[in-house]
Amino acid sequence: MNGEKKAASSREPSEVELLLPWHAAGALGSREAQAVEAALANDPELALRYEWVREELAQETLIGDTLGEPPAHDVEALFARIDALPPRRAASNTIAARFAELFASLSPRALAWSAMAAAVVIVLQATVIAGILLNANNGVGYQTASEPTNITDQGSDVLLRFKPQASADQIADFLASNKLSIVGGPFAGGLYRVRVAPTKLAKADLSRVIDRLQNDQIVGFIAAAE
Amino acid sequence: MQTIADDILIASIAKGDRSAMATLFARYRVPVYRFLLRMVRNEATAEELNGDVFLEVWRHAATFEGRSAVSTWIFSIARFKALSALQRRREEELDEGEAGTIEDKADDPEIALAKKDKAAVLRQCLEKLSAEHREIVNLVYYQHKSVEQIAGIIGIPVATVKTRMFYARKKLSDLLRKQGIDRGWP
Repeated sequence: MNGEKKAASSREPSEVELLLPWHAAGALGSREAQAVEAALANDPELALRYEWVREELAQETLIGDTLGEPPAHDVEALFARIDALPPRRAASNTIAARFAELFASLSPRALAWSAMAAAVVIVLQATVIAGILLNANNGVGYQTASEPTNITDQGSDVLLRFKPQASADQIADFLASNKLSIVGGPFAGGLYRVRVAPTKLAKADLSRVIDRLQNDQIVGFIAAAE
Repeated sequence: MQTIADDILIASIAKGDRSAMATLFARYRVPVYRFLLRMVRNEATAEELNGDVFLEVWRHAATFEGRSAVSTWIFSIARFKALSALQRRREEELDEGEAGTIEDKADDPEIALAKKDKAAVLRQCLEKLSAEHREIVNLVYYQHKSVEQIAGIIGIPVATVKTRMFYARKKLSDLLRKQGIDRGWP
C-alpha cells in the first residue's frame, strides 16, 4: 500500500495533470480546457486530485483577499515621485533614438569596443564590396595586401537579446558586473553581439558562461555567436 | 462604461499623459501590491515596491514594444523588484530554507484546533512555501495568469512553468503530510 502510494507520488505527471491548476483558475484556452474536462470525466482518480487543486485555489484566494490594499494616498505619493523626476525628453521610438539611449548607458570601455566594432564592420563591408567589384572585373585590378579582418577571432562573443522590460540602468549594471561589452548590433530581433571574453574560449567554457548569463533576469535570449 | 485598453494607456503614458497613468495605476495597484506582499511578506516593503513598479512604468512606457501584454510587463517589473528586495534582506528573510527556525506552534491549542480544519492547514502550508513557489502559486491561483503569461513574467520556458507549478504543489503535499494530512499526490 505504502509502496503503491510512493510509486504514485514519484511518477511523472501527465500533461493533463500539469494543467489542472490552470483549469481551476480558468486560465486555459478552450481546446486545452475541453481536453482537461474530458480527462476528468473519464478518470475518477484525476477528478479527486482536481478537488485538491480547487481547494488550493480557494485557500490561495482567501490568503490574497485578506492581504488588504495599499494605502489610499498611494496615487498622490506616486505622482509626487513622478514630479520629482527630471523633465522627460520627448518620447521617441526611432531606432536611432533607442540606439543613442543604449549607448548613453554604456561604460566608456564598452563604448570604445562598440566604436571599434563599428569601424571593423565598415572595413569589412568595404572589403566585401571591393571584392564583389573586383570579381565583376574577372579578378583584374588592384588588390590590397592586408589580411581579412574578422571580429570573432579576437574573443568570444554571444548573441544576446535583453528582455523588453529591462531598463537602461539594469543593462548597464549587467554589462559592468559581468565584464561584458557590446561589440555589435542591434541586429534584427533586437539582438546584440556581446563580447564575454577577450580571448577565444573553449566550447565548454563558453557554454558555462552562457548558462550563467542566461539566469540573469534581464536576459531574454542568449546563444553563442558563430 | 467603456474600458480603455492597457496598451492604449501605455502609449498615452509614453507621451506624458498623467490621467492615463492614474487609470492604469487604479487598474493594477491592488493586484500588483498583493503579488508583491505575497512575495516579500512585509507591508511597508510591498507599498514602497508598488510605487517603484509604477514609477518604472512611467519612466519606461516609451520603450514598451507590445511583445507581451501590458499586465505581463507590469508583473515582470514587480517580480524583479520583489526578488531584488528579497535578495537585499536575504539574511533576515524567513523563508522555506529557514523553516527550521520558524517557531514550532505544534502545542498551541489554537493551532491544534486549526489542524482539524483542513482548509486552515492548507493555508498555513501555502504560507510556508518558498518565494519561488509562492510566486507561481499566486500567479496561477490568485492572479489567474495563463501558462504563457507566467512564462513571460518569470522569463522561463512554458514547459518549465508547468513543472515548477507541479513541484510547488508537490512541496505543498510534503508540508501537508508533516501536518498529518496525506493526500498521496502529487
